[in-house]
Amino acid sequence: MHELSIVMGIVDIAEEHARREGAQSVEEIELEIGCLTTVEMEAFESAWKQAVKTTILEHSVKTIHRTPGRAGCLECAAEFPLENLYDACPDCQGHFLQIYQGKELRVRSLVIH
Amino acid sequence: MCSTCGCDGDGHVISHLGQQDQAGGQLHSHTHGHGHHDHTHSLAKSHEHHPGSRVVQVEKDVLYENNLLAERNRGYFEAKEILAINLVSSPGSGKTTLLERTLTDLQGDADFFVIEGDQQTTLDADRIHATGAKVVQINTNKGCHLDAHMVMHAMQGLKLSNNAVLFIENVGNLVCPAMFDLGEQERVVIMSVTEGDDKPLKYPDMFHSSSLCIINKTDLLPYVPFDIEKAAANAKRVNPSLEIIEVSCTTGEGLSQWYEWLQSK
Repeated sequence: MHELSIVMGIVDIAEEHARREGAQSVEEIELEIGCLTTVEMEAFESAWKQAVKTTILEHSVKTIHRTPGRAGCLECAAEFPLENLYDACPDCQGHFLQIYQGKELRVRSLVIH
Repeated sequence: MCSTCGCDGDGHVISHLGQQDQAGGQLHSHTHGHGHHDHTHSLAKSHEHHPGSRVVQVEKDVLYENNLLAERNRGYFEAKEILAINLVSSPGSGKTTLLERTLTDLQGDADFFVIEGDQQTTLDADRIHATGAKVVQINTNKGCHLDAHMVMHAMQGLKLSNNAVLFIENVGNLVCPAMFDLGEQERVVIMSVTEGDDKPLKYPDMFHSSSLCIINKTDLLPYVPFDIEKAAANAKRVNPSLEIIEVSCTTGEGLSQWYEWLQSK
């Protein structure tokens, strides 16, 4: 259940920025969670419900952008969508891949009051 | 995320759990300029908020704090020329037995230190202590992985010497520890022939982020339906650069290859 650690990390970031800006509340929070991260979204949602209570994010509206996986083949240079880390290059069936996108796990922005 | 020593603000977040009712948070009223709620845009764009509200661009990695501390650990290891190895696996693959054998067989070759991670008990640390290596136990309690902060504190207790080898035995879990850089130079994933040979495909992140895969308990191959070639091929599908060493900690078969690998690092 590392999703709980991740939510706690998000709470820390939100509290730090809200404090720095002198905000009373965080109305909205915008997150980016790439599809190739090991974040399981149902576990994330249930961790979120519990862990944000009595924090500055308790009543925040949460927006999550799921960035799709994208990789490049290091053998034939093809670029393609990557759903699983074990998927092969669709052109040459190679497995030497560079992941370009889908590993993001970040707080993009807040709406504070 | 310090759940071991409570030395900073993270611990208080945990203490909120279970203290609230299950009703869920009341969402505040929310006005959108475009009148729908699919939230596919950025908050900074075409979006109306309450008077007095404003958008703050954060763009911060959620694991930023962990990664910063991991870099700090790594710098410490580099300065002292310490080889730090993060051992990861599911429970029961034989991590502690492999460590016991390694520390006993290589005694005198280098200064060995061990950080033991488990949710509860000091049983593993006691076993490692018996080999003569210096060891510290981290109990994560409810935590399912070690993080860089825990390792930083554990190191303070160990007083590592220069040119030492530090083994960090992570919590037995093939999922959660994958995301947390501890500052190690090498991540070694251990699987055993009593598990499924499809494990690398089921838990790809751990195999993807490791540099060596040890397949343990090969002495049991005649008794289990484990296809070792298939397991290796599955691991290579996830990570073609992954080195694979087959060992049996019971018979000692293959251990010399593991020791050679260690010496090469």
